[in-house]
Amino acid sequence: MYETHYHRAASVADAAAQMEKAEDGKYLSGGQTLIPTMKQRLAAPSDLIDLRHIADMKGISEEGGAVKIGAATSHNAVATSPVVQRLIPGLAALAGGIGDPAVRHMGTIGGSISNNDPAADYPSALIALGATVTTNQRSLSAEDFFTGMFDTALDEGEIVTSVSFPVPEKSAYSKYPNPASRYAMAGVFVAKGKDGAVKVAVTGAGQNGVFRVEEMESALSSNWSSDAVAGISVSADDLLSDIHGSAEYRANLVTVMAKRAVAAA
Amino acid sequence: MGVQGIGARALRKEDKRFITGKGRYTDDMTLPRMTYAAFVRSPHAHAKVVSIDASAALEMPGVEAVLTGEQLVGDGIGNLICGWMIHSKDGTPMKMGAWRALEPETVRFVGQAVAVVIADTQGQARDAAESVVVEYEELNAVVSTIDALKGGAPQLHPEAPGNLIYDWDIGDEAATNAAFDAASTVVQMDLVNNRLVPNPMEPRAAVADYDEAEEHYTLHTTSQNPHVARLVLSAFYNVAPEHKLRVIAPDVGGGFGSKIFIYPEEIAALWASKRVGRPVKWVSDRTEAFLTDAHGRDHVSHAELALNADNKITGFRVKTVANLGAYMSLFSSSVPTYLYATLLSGQYDIPNIHCNVKAVYTNTTPVDAYRGAGRPEATFLVERMMETAARQVGLSPAEFRRKNFIRSFPHQTPVIMCYDAGDYDATLDAALKAIDYDGFPARKAEAAKRGKLRGLGLSCYIEACGIAPSAAVGSLGAGVGLWESAEVRVNPVGSIEVLTGSHSHGQGHETTFAQLISERFGVDTDSVSIVHGDTDKVQFGMGTYGSRSGAVGMSAIVKALDKVEAKAKKIAAHLMEASEGDIQIEGGELKVAGTDKKLTFTEVALAAYTAHNLPEGMEPGLKEGAFYDPTNFTFPAGTYACEVEVDPETGKTEIINFVAADDFGKIINPMIVEGQVHGGIAQGVGQALLESVSYDETGQLLTASYMDYAMPRADDLPSYTLLTTETICPGNPLGMKGCGEAGAIGSPPAVINAITDAINNNDLAMPATPQRVWLASRAALAQAAE
Repeated sequence: MYETHYHRAASVADAAAQMEKAEDGKYLSGGQTLIPTMKQRLAAPSDLIDLRHIADMKGISEEGGAVKIGAATSHNAVATSPVVQRLIPGLAALAGGIGDPAVRHMGTIGGSISNNDPAADYPSALIALGATVTTNQRSLSAEDFFTGMFDTALDEGEIVTSVSFPVPEKSAYSKYPNPASRYAMAGVFVAKGKDGAVKVAVTGAGQNGVFRVEEMESALSSNWSSDAVAGISVSADDLLSDIHGSAEYRANLVTVMAKRAVAAA
Repeated sequence: MGVQGIGARALRKEDKRFITGKGRYTDDMTLPRMTYAAFVRSPHAHAKVVSIDASAALEMPGVEAVLTGEQLVGDGIGNLICGWMIHSKDGTPMKMGAWRALEPETVRFVGQAVAVVIADTQGQARDAAESVVVEYEELNAVVSTIDALKGGAPQLHPEAPGNLIYDWDIGDEAATNAAFDAASTVVQMDLVNNRLVPNPMEPRAAVADYDEAEEHYTLHTTSQNPHVARLVLSAFYNVAPEHKLRVIAPDVGGGFGSKIFIYPEEIAALWASKRVGRPVKWVSDRTEAFLTDAHGRDHVSHAELALNADNKITGFRVKTVANLGAYMSLFSSSVPTYLYATLLSGQYDIPNIHCNVKAVYTNTTPVDAYRGAGRPEATFLVERMMETAARQVGLSPAEFRRKNFIRSFPHQTPVIMCYDAGDYDATLDAALKAIDYDGFPARKAEAAKRGKLRGLGLSCYIEACGIAPSAAVGSLGAGVGLWESAEVRVNPVGSIEVLTGSHSHGQGHETTFAQLISERFGVDTDSVSIVHGDTDKVQFGMGTYGSRSGAVGMSAIVKALDKVEAKAKKIAAHLMEASEGDIQIEGGELKVAGTDKKLTFTEVALAAYTAHNLPEGMEPGLKEGAFYDPTNFTFPAGTYACEVEVDPETGKTEIINFVAADDFGKIINPMIVEGQVHGGIAQGVGQALLESVSYDETGQLLTASYMDYAMPRADDLPSYTLLTTETICPGNPLGMKGCGEAGAIGSPPAVINAITDAINNNDLAMPATPQRVWLASRAALAQAAE
C-alpha cells in the first residue's frame, strides 16, 4: 500500500470539505473494495475520508411507506434489522448473503452502491424495488443512479447519504455465487410493488452492470409463479464471460435464479 | 498431560502457542539494522532483458542497493539445480536449462525476478522496486502442456530442443502391447490432472544475516527441510560453506511440499545480506506466492486398460506429458516419473504396465511436488480407469475392483514397487458398509424426486510413503539419501529432549514424537521436548514430506531410544546388582523382574550424569543418536467413497457423504491422523471441484488471487466419516505407513467418479466446476433424448 492520509469525517459537510482540500482524495465507506485495491497498489489516493462514522448517515427507519437506510449502515445492520426483516425480508436476506461476516460488519450500503461493482448484490435490489438514492446534493432514482460497470451518476465529491426503498408487496433475491470470490455470477432480485408493478433486476451477469428483464416482468405481472419465468431466457450477447462462467452459462443462471427468487418471495 | 503413549488421542502440545498467537514464524524475526528486500519481477512470460536502469530507484529514500543478476552471477552464486537425475529412454540425461536467482538475460515466466531492491523499510523497498526501469524485448510464449511439444512452439532453453526435458519410460512395452493385442476389452481415456497452487497459510519468508567478522550466515526461513536447504545453498549455490551457514526453520505455517524447495528469493536474500552488510528480510505477499511458489500436478495423459474375457486386467498403457514450467525446480524431475508411474499398478494385480512420460518446459511457474506429488496423478488415472472400465463391462465398480485386487504379499508390481503388506478387501468392505452401498439405488431414486442427480463414486488408492530407501532412490537418480536422523538426550533430571531431522510445519510432531517417548519410558509427555528445524541444534536431517516423519523420522528415534534403553538398563542393573536381562522398564521405572527392586527413570538418568557409580568402562551421560535408512517404501492404502448430489439446473455439486477407510498401519495419535485426513480430503476435493490455475495464451496468470483461484471453504466440504483398518508395515519398527497425503491422493477420483455417475456422462474434467458439470449434464440429457 502506498502512503495515504486518513481522515475520520465528523459530518457530511466535514467530509465534503475534506475532499475539497485533498489532492487526490477518496471517500472510504467500509473499504471492502478500496482497501484491497490499495493493498495491491492499484489505487493510491492521497487522502481517505472515512464516512462510516458520520452519525447522520447511519440507521434504518420506516418513513411513509418506505424503508430509509443511512448510507453508512453496515450490511450486517441491514440484515439483522427488525424493520427491514418485517417490511422487505428479501432485502434483509440479500444483505445477509453479502461476502462473509467480516465484510458484512465493515461494508456499507452507500459504499457498495457508489462503487457499483457489476457483481455486487445491492444494485439489483435498488433497481427492482425502485429505490431512491439521496446524496448531499440531490435525490435520484436508482435507474438514474447506476450508469454502467463501476460507474454511477455521482459527481466529483458527491456523497450518498441514504437510500430509500418503497415497501413492496413481496420480494426476494436469489444469487449464484462465483466459486472463488463468492460475488454473484448471477443474482436476481424480483419485486412486486404495492401498486402491482413487477420488476426483475439482474446483477453479476451483465457487461454493463445491473439490468432489468422486462420479458420476465410482464410474465410475472400476469402470473406470479416460477413457471412464468422458467421459459424466459436472456440473451447471452451482453453478458459477462470469464474463466468461471461463459455468457451462456450466466444466461442459464439468470433464468434459474429468477425462478428461485419468485418461489422464495 | 500425563503418560500418553501410542494410540492416545493426546491434545497437541504445540496448539497453545498457535492458538494464542505466540507462534514464532520467520516474519516475527526482527534483527537490529535489518533491511527489507523487494523483488523486481518480470511482467512478461517470455522476454529478453535488454537493460535495467536503477538510477531513479537508488535515489529514493532508504534505498541501500539495487542488485541485479549480472552482479549475482559475477559474485559466483550458482544456478538453481534439480536434484534428481532422470535419463530419457535413449540414455541421455535430462535437459536442464540454466536458472539464476536473478535473471540477467531472458525471463521465462511472469513473476521471475530480475533485480532486488534493499531498503530500510518494506514500503521503501517496494516503492523503489516499482521505479527500477527494465527494458524487455518480448518473445512469444508457450503456455499449455500439449503446445510445448508442437513444431514451431516458442523455445525456452537452448539446452532443451523442442522444450523436451526428458522422454522417459517404465515397464515392459512389448509385453504390454502383447497384452493389448490379446485383450477382450480395451478401455481408453484422455485425462488431465489440473495444475494447482499449494497455498500454505503462511507465505514464504526469509531473514538473512551475514556476520562479517565470522564470515558466517544465518538464514531464518520457511523450510520443510532446513538441512537440505543448507546443503544445497552450500554445495550448489556457493553462498557459504556448510559450517558457515546456519539455517533455522522456526514455526512454519504449512508447506504441502512447496517449502521443500530452495527458491531464488532465499538465495538472493543471503547474498544481498553480505552485499549490503546488514540483515535482509523478505516476506512474500500472496500475489508473489501465486506467481512463484512451485505449482503442483499439470499432467495430460492418455490411458488404456486391457481386460481379458473374465474382466481381469492384463495390461495398462499410459502416455503422459508433464508440464514442469519454465525451470526445473529442486525435485521436479522425480514427481512425474518415480513418484508417479511406479504407482500405476494401484491396488491391482496387473501383469503388464508400460508408461511413457515426456516432461516439458513452458512459460509458466515451475512445477514441483505438492501434497501427494505424483501419487495423486497416478491414483486419479488408475481409479478413473477402474470406474470407467467397470461401467463399460457392466460390473459394479466395487465388484470389478475386487476381482482385480492383490491379495498376497509381498507383491512385486511391474513398475519397481514391491508392496509389503495390505488388505484391500478390508478397506473396501469398511467403506461400502459405512456409505451403505447397497442402499444407494433407493437414495438415488429419492433424490430424483427432488430434482437432484445423485451419484456414488469409489477410489481405492495406494501410495508409496516413508520416502525413502537411500540406495534404491540413489540408483534411480536421487541426488541425496532419504534416511533420517535422531538424537535422544536424557537430561540429568530425567527430562528428555529429542532432536529430529524431521520438520513440523503443522503435522504435530511435538505431540506424536513425545507420545513415543512416553510409551517407551512411561514418562509424562510434558517432560519431553522435541527439537527440530535448526541446523545448529540438530546434526542432520532430510526434513518432512512424502509422509515420512512417522515411518522414517520416528524409526530413527526408535533406534536412538533402543540405545538409550540399553544403556539405562546396564546402569540400573549395575546399581541394583541385577542381571541386565532382568531389567524391565515400566511406568517410568526400571525394575528387576520378579523382585520389588526398582529405580525411577530420573534416578538412573542422574546416576548416568553423576557418574559416581557406573559399570566398569562406561562413559558418563545418557545421550544417543541414530540414523535410520528404510529398507522399502511404505504403502498406505484405502478406499474412499463419495456420494454427491448435482443440481442439474446450475451444475452445482454437493458432497452428501464422504467415507474414508484408510490403512495407515500403526497409528500413534488418532486425532492427529484424522486431522491429516480431513486436510488432505479438503485439498483433494479442492482439486476435484474448485481449484485450477489458469493462464491466458500470453502466459499471464489469471488466477493470481483468491478472487479467481477457488480455494475450498468449510461449506464446500461435508462432515467426513473416517475409518481405519490396520495391517502392520513390516518394514519399520513401529509398523507405521504414513497418513499425510492419503486424503489428497485418494479423494479426487472418488469425487469425479461420483459426479460422472450422477450425471451419466463420463467426460468431465477437473475441476468439476458448476459450469462444466452443467454442460456435461446437459450433453448427457441431449444424448439420452436422441
